[in-house]
Amino acid sequence: MQKWLTLLKERPLAQAALYAAFVVVTALGVYLSDKSVVSFLLLLSSLLLLYYTAFSNGVKWIVGGVLLLIVIPFAASGGASHESYMEVVTQCGIYVAMALGLNIVVGFAGLLDLGFIAFFAVGAYSYAIFSTPQANNFISGQLFPLGGAWFWLFIPIGGLIAALFGVLLGLPVLRVKGDYLAIVTLGFGEIIRLVFNNLSKPVNITNGAMGISSIEPPSLFGYSFTFPHQFYFIVMAILAVVLFAVRRLEHSRLGRSWKAIRENEIAAQAMGIPVIATKLTAFAVGASFSGMMGVVFAAKQTFIDPTSFTLVESATVLVMVILGGMGSVPGVILGAAIVTILNLQVLTELTNWFNQLTLNGVVNIPAALSPSKMQRFIFGAILVLMAIFRPNGLISAKNRKADAEKLKAHRVPAPVPASQSAEQSGGAFK
Amino acid sequence: MISEIIQTLPQVLVDGLALGAVYAVVAIGYTMVYGILEFINFAHGEIFMTGAFVGTAALFLFRSAGWLGGMPGWTAYLLVFMIAMLFTGVMGVGIERVAYRPLRKAPKLISFISAIGVSFLLQDIVRFIADLRTGNFLVTGITLYGGNLKVATSSVWHVFDDAFIKTNTVIVLAAAVLLMIGLDFFVNRTKWGVAMRAVAQDRETASLMSVNVNRVIALTFFIGSALGGGTGVLFAQQYGTIDPYIGFTLGMKAFTAAVLGGIGNIRGAMFGGLLIGLIEMFASANLGIITGGSFGAEYKDVVSFLILIVVLIFKPEGLLGRAVKEKV
Repeated sequence: MQKWLTLLKERPLAQAALYAAFVVVTALGVYLSDKSVVSFLLLLSSLLLLYYTAFSNGVKWIVGGVLLLIVIPFAASGGASHESYMEVVTQCGIYVAMALGLNIVVGFAGLLDLGFIAFFAVGAYSYAIFSTPQANNFISGQLFPLGGAWFWLFIPIGGLIAALFGVLLGLPVLRVKGDYLAIVTLGFGEIIRLVFNNLSKPVNITNGAMGISSIEPPSLFGYSFTFPHQFYFIVMAILAVVLFAVRRLEHSRLGRSWKAIRENEIAAQAMGIPVIATKLTAFAVGASFSGMMGVVFAAKQTFIDPTSFTLVESATVLVMVILGGMGSVPGVILGAAIVTILNLQVLTELTNWFNQLTLNGVVNIPAALSPSKMQRFIFGAILVLMAIFRPNGLISAKNRKADAEKLKAHRVPAPVPASQSAEQSGGAFK
Repeated sequence: MISEIIQTLPQVLVDGLALGAVYAVVAIGYTMVYGILEFINFAHGEIFMTGAFVGTAALFLFRSAGWLGGMPGWTAYLLVFMIAMLFTGVMGVGIERVAYRPLRKAPKLISFISAIGVSFLLQDIVRFIADLRTGNFLVTGITLYGGNLKVATSSVWHVFDDAFIKTNTVIVLAAAVLLMIGLDFFVNRTKWGVAMRAVAQDRETASLMSVNVNRVIALTFFIGSALGGGTGVLFAQQYGTIDPYIGFTLGMKAFTAAVLGGIGNIRGAMFGGLLIGLIEMFASANLGIITGGSFGAEYKDVVSFLILIVVLIFKPEGLLGRAVKEKV
């Protein structure tokens, strides 16, 4: 096995051929079968495989793009389960963007936020209220509902409003630290949920616990988006923007300030990093990703109510970040994908299978054990086990290595040799 | 408006005190652990919830064994109370051993995440067992003392309405006061109490003075969790119906109480608990009256959480605590 692997490592062409074969086989498996969750998961895992291949970064991005935009939608369109596949992948994309947002707050800046779903709710409600007659209750003139074309404008608006709330929540950060901050954000998230749940009087803004229904689907030049496979492309487009932003931010001056504050706030402050502004931008940027996806979520579901924005949802996003690896972008994407697929596909499939077994009288599995109810148990176990055994996550964060020779050629000798400082750099929360 | 508020004041006071006593005893659990480890035991609310379920299960067991008719109510109450305290105490020690001790040297963020994980695990395990046994995770227990007493406050001052107090409320108050006095005595007067305070002050130095730090921490978890579990029984008796998710909101409010009183300070936690209970009852009775019907009792939790946020931002050392200087 080891021999084969080293052989494979030395020959990029063989690697490419093997990879292509894997993709073709799994894609055909998905295309030809009516419903095969296993081959669909294998097809998705080709993205993870791509991460571990020896190709250059540019090639990886191109292949990944082709897989996501052409291969996966096409392969899924073969069988009867087209929409359910696309639904899962779309939901995956939504959660990936949210997890990347939370990763900025928790992973980069080291500020534990337990009320993250509030921003998602803010985004979702901002579109839901204005794209239904709901807004007529507090703005006179029967201007609403707005048409589906407004959806595109609401994506940035949702992001902006969520960012505003992020700054609002960030304000306590100036005074509160560590696990106190986690509790404050938890309280904030609960307050937002309670307010959305009860703001049906004195003025009916959110329609309370009943939720807002028949939200306008997005439309473009008279073409209306209603199916999951159409939303898939919207989500992928936003995700591309988010990914681009995260990659650029991580290695920017701001990104390095976030990490400096995470490692040692006092030292960072002493080095001239404006702590307040840096923390607030972390909250604002993270929240804006979540807000944008909230808008998409509202338009996709066409119905939202406060039960979609509970503590468990915040914890779900946190589990994604912890599982993948705090501060590690590929890790967080992996974590989000694993948790979403586990929730939406694996657990539901297992539940159906158990129900089938019980119906056929093979074994009697009580309803209390049904896997889709075990969400909290699984999340709790993941959190505890990861904290104890792998606090850096599945793919731990790596600092970008600087080429010492190249740096030396460009500048006068530094007081600390560059090679030594590269050794000292560590991952998250060492 | 004012007259309406004054009229219901005796009832609000009685209910608020009962609720506040529950918060106070749970808050002590947070405060003890925080005082020693400087770590928020996020799973404490769930330990409270488990205590409520264990107590209720024990009562069901007594009834099905036919003992409940045979013994006087107070014996059953006491027995159930003891069982729940023992169970949750041992559970607390186990949780500390498995989920917190390996992380004692790790960054605080990691141990906090572990605590969140434990609280989710407990919720689902209890949900699972309750669901399996009864087919429903909402459990309505057996109430031992359901009678109502009338407190004739209207004869004190004619503006007041009469207040009604459940017999159980008296027990809750008495039990809470006993637990608090016992704990206060334990921490301030006994050898183990001295050891606890020593570990809280400086773990390394205490271990040099031949204090077994691990054992003291385990004892702290035992006492804190047992108090939480015992209060769970009181809560289940007082309010009748319990579910696996009561621990979260109650835990948050008890934490608010601990912070309000000054976290790490046991007397502060008692004071904060009573205060939060009173404020919450007052808010739930009078928010609608004060705002003219726009915002009703459903905002009472918002009030508690707002208090938490405001206290943490403006007076993080609490009302009775001392400000700690940051170590650099």
